[in-house]
Amino acid sequence: MAQEDEQAPAAPAPVLEVAGVTKSFAGVHALRDVDFALRPGEVHALVGENGAGKSTLIKVMTGVHRPDSGAVRFEGTAREFRNPLEAQAAGISTIYQEVNLVPLMSVARNLFLGREPRRFGLIDQRRMNREASAALGRYGVHVDVTRPLRTLGLGAQQMVALARAVQVDARVVVMDEPTSSLEPREVETLFSVIRGLRERGIAVVYVSHRLDELYAICDRVTVLRDGQHVHTGRMADLQRLQLISMMLGREMAAVRSGGTTAFDSARHERAGTEPVLRAKGLSVRHRVHDVSVDVRPGEVVGLGGLLGAGRSETAKAVVGALATDAGTVEVDGTPMKRRSPAAAIRAGVVMLPEDRKAEGIIPNLSVRENISLAALPRLSRAGIVSRAKQDEVVRFFMDRLRIKASSPDQKVSDLSGGNQQKVLLARWLCLSPKALLLDEPTRGIDVGAKAEVQALIDELAADGLGVLLISSDLEELIEGSDRVVVLKDGRVVGHLTGDEVGEEQLLSALAAADPQADTSADTDADTDADTGVDAGAAAPGTPPTTKESRR
Amino acid sequence: MSATLSSAVTPGPPGSGQDLRAPARERLAGRLQQHGALAVLVLVVIIASATSSAFPTWANVSSILGGNAFVWLLALGMTFVIITGGIDLSVGSMYALGGVLGAEGSRTGTWLAILLPLAVGAAWGTMQGLLVARTKMAPFIVTLAGLLGARGLLQALTHEGSKTYLVPKGSFFRQLGGGTWVPVLIVAALFALGALLLTRTRFGANLTALGGNENAALLMGLPVQRTKVLVYVLSGTLAAAAGALGGARLGSGVTTIGVGYELTAIASVVIGGTLLTGGSGSVGGTVSGVLLLAVIHNLIDHYFSQYGSAFTDAVNGAFLALVVLLQTILSRTQKLP
Repeated sequence: MAQEDEQAPAAPAPVLEVAGVTKSFAGVHALRDVDFALRPGEVHALVGENGAGKSTLIKVMTGVHRPDSGAVRFEGTAREFRNPLEAQAAGISTIYQEVNLVPLMSVARNLFLGREPRRFGLIDQRRMNREASAALGRYGVHVDVTRPLRTLGLGAQQMVALARAVQVDARVVVMDEPTSSLEPREVETLFSVIRGLRERGIAVVYVSHRLDELYAICDRVTVLRDGQHVHTGRMADLQRLQLISMMLGREMAAVRSGGTTAFDSARHERAGTEPVLRAKGLSVRHRVHDVSVDVRPGEVVGLGGLLGAGRSETAKAVVGALATDAGTVEVDGTPMKRRSPAAAIRAGVVMLPEDRKAEGIIPNLSVRENISLAALPRLSRAGIVSRAKQDEVVRFFMDRLRIKASSPDQKVSDLSGGNQQKVLLARWLCLSPKALLLDEPTRGIDVGAKAEVQALIDELAADGLGVLLISSDLEELIEGSDRVVVLKDGRVVGHLTGDEVGEEQLLSALAAADPQADTSADTDADTDADTGVDAGAAAPGTPPTTKESRR
Repeated sequence: MSATLSSAVTPGPPGSGQDLRAPARERLAGRLQQHGALAVLVLVVIIASATSSAFPTWANVSSILGGNAFVWLLALGMTFVIITGGIDLSVGSMYALGGVLGAEGSRTGTWLAILLPLAVGAAWGTMQGLLVARTKMAPFIVTLAGLLGARGLLQALTHEGSKTYLVPKGSFFRQLGGGTWVPVLIVAALFALGALLLTRTRFGANLTALGGNENAALLMGLPVQRTKVLVYVLSGTLAAAAGALGGARLGSGVTTIGVGYELTAIASVVIGGTLLTGGSGSVGGTVSGVLLLAVIHNLIDHYFSQYGSAFTDAVNGAFLALVVLLQTILSRTQKLP
C-alpha cells in the first residue's frame, strides 16, 4: 500500500485488516495476496469491475469464505470466522443487496428476531414495538412497526436491515450495493445514516458502482482488479479518470495504437443507410433512463460503460426480455407493437445473452438440438421436424462458424466455452436475423476462440447484419465497433463516431461527472476529468450532489 | 405507486409516514385471508340454525364437538409444520399408533397410557425432523415414509389387526375421553397453549421466520435446524397424544383408524388461512378451519345422509378446491411472494 504512505503516521489502528489474502475457486484465483485495512469511523469504498474480487473479499471478511492463505485481523487480533454468524457476533454486520429479512413478518419482529425482549418467558410485544419505533425513528423511518415488512417500500426495508445490522453492536458495517433499488430521496436518507455511523466511530465498507455516490460519501477508496489490490488512498485525491483507468486496467499513457484483437481495422462505412434497428427513449425503472440507440445494416455499434451502467439492460429492453416503462423499438422502420423476445425474433432481432450457462445453452441437449432449437418452427411442417433440413442447417453452421465438436450429437456441455458460444451464435444466425445483439460475446472463452468470434463478428457485419456489441474488454469494444454509445448509470453520456472511437475518448466520457451536462461531449478529457473531481470532493456533512438529486 | 412506497423513508416529523398503507384492496384481501374461515363459519352456523331445528340442539352440538375434538389436535400440530413451509403426512398413522399404545399402556396404569404414546410420538417426530433438517430431504417424502412406516409398525404390533387392545373398564384413562366437556376442555387448552407458543415465544417467531425466508433466518443467526427438528417433534407428539385420547374415548386402540386424517388436518389448516408455502398462519385460523369442516360435515350427514358418506367426501373435496382457489386469488391480490 505504497500509495497511502503520507497517511500512515496519523492514521488510527485499523479495526478490520486483511493481510495477504489469497483465495481461489477451482484453481482460479479470485483474490491474490490482497491487503485491505479499514479504520474506525471511515467510509471506505471498495471498487472494481466484474471479477475484480470485491465480493470474494467481502465474503472473506464476513466469514462466508475462508481464505486459502493470509489473515483477517479484527480489533487487533487474528480471527477466523467460520460463518457469517460468528462475524456478526464479533461486530461485523453485512447489508446485502437483496434485503435479507422476512417479508411476511412485522417490522418490529424483523428488527428483533432472535433477541426479542421477554417478560416471564414470553415475548413482550408492547416493549418490542416501542423500542422498534424508537430505533427506526432514529433513521428517519416513521412507520407502524406492526405492519408486515413487505408493505414497506424497498428503501424503508433497507433501513430496517441497516437498523438491525447496527443494533447488534456493530463495529464494522459492510454495505454491498445498498442503493441499487433505492429512490434518490432514499439514497439521501441512507447517506445521512452513514454519516451518523461515521460519527459514532463505526467503520463502513461501501461497495457501489455509482461513482457519484462514492465521491459523495466515501473517505477512502480501495481499487481491486482481477483479484489483485491496485490502489488505496483518499477518495478526494483520486481523480475520476484515474479511478476508472485503474478499474479497467488501462493506463492513459499506455493506450496502445495497434490492437491485439482480431478485428479488421477498417471501419464499416454505412453512414448513409437507414437504421435496421432503432430504439428510442427506452426506460426501465431504476436501470435505464431514456436511452436511444440505432444500428444500421453492416455496422457494429458498441455500448460502452462500466459495470452497472445499464448496457445489458438496454439490450434486454430492446429485445423485450426486460419490461420497459417507456420507449419504442423500430425494426426496418416498422415499430414493434408487442414486446417480447419471441416477437423480436420474428421481427429479426436476436440477442446473445451475457450469461451463457444460465440464459443460453441447454447443457444436456446435443449440439444439433441446441443450434436448431429456436429455428424449429421454420424447420418443421405441421409440428413434425424435418430431420433432413435440420441436419443441413446444423452442418452449414458448424462449418461456417468452425464449431469443434466430435459430431452434431455431442452434448453441448462437453464443448469448450468458445465452442458453446459459437453454438449459441449459430442458434441465432440460422434464423437469418437482421440485427444481432451481443452481450459480452467473448467473456470466459480462450484466446484462440476469442479471436475467431471477433473475426466472425466482422464477417457478419460485412454481410450486412447490424450488430450491437457489449463488451467490458475495452480493446475489443474500441476495435470492434464503428461507433460507440457510452452509457453511465443507465443514461447515454456520449457518442463516439469515426476517429473519436478510441480508448482515451471513451475513458473521459466515462469519467464525466454529470450525465446531463455531457450528452454530446466526447473529447476534452482534461476538462471533463477536472469537473468530475470537483463535484466529487464534497466535504463530509454537506448534502451529496448525486445525479439523482438533480432529476 | 413508487411515490407512496418510498415515502416510508422520510426524514420528516414522526407520523409523516403514517398515511402510507397498502392499497385498500390488498388490505381487504389480507383480512379475508386471515379471517375468512371465521366469517364463513359464523354465516353457516347462522343459516343452519335458522333453517333447521335439529342443528342448534345440545345433542347435535355435543356430537360435533365431543366426537371430533381430539382429531383436531392433528391440525394444531400441522399448523406449526406448515408455517415452517413443511408438511407432516405421518399424523394419521401416528394417531392410530397413539391409540393402540395408549390402550396398551392403560393396562398398567393411566400414567403409562399417557407417557407411552407421547414418548413414541416424540421419538418418531425427532427422527423425521432430523431427516428433514439435517439431510435436507423433502418433508413430503420423509413424512410419507413416516406414514407408511408407522402404519406398518401398527400392523406388526396388532398382528395385522387381529389383536385388539382394550382400555380396561374402570380405568381413569377412559374418563379423559368421555362426554363432551372433558375432551373439549383438553383440546381448547392445548389450542390456547399453541396460540401462545406461536405468537409469544421465540420458538414461534423462529417458526414463522423460517417459513418466510429461510436464508434470512440463517443469516440472522436463528437456530434454523433446531427449530425444524422441534416442529416435527411437536407434531408427532401431538398426533400420538390425540390418538391416545381418541383411544380413551373409544375404549380401545383401533388399527384401521386415522387413514386420511392427515389430509383433513392439512385442509383445516389451509382453510384457516395459513399459507401452504409457509411464513404466515395462525392457530385461531385453524380453529375456524376445523370447526367449519366439522359443521359442514354435520350438515351433509343431516341433509344428505341418503346419498351415503361418499357424498361427504366429494363435497369436502369441492369445498377445499374452492377455498384454495380463493386463497390463491387473495394471495395474488396482496402480491404475496
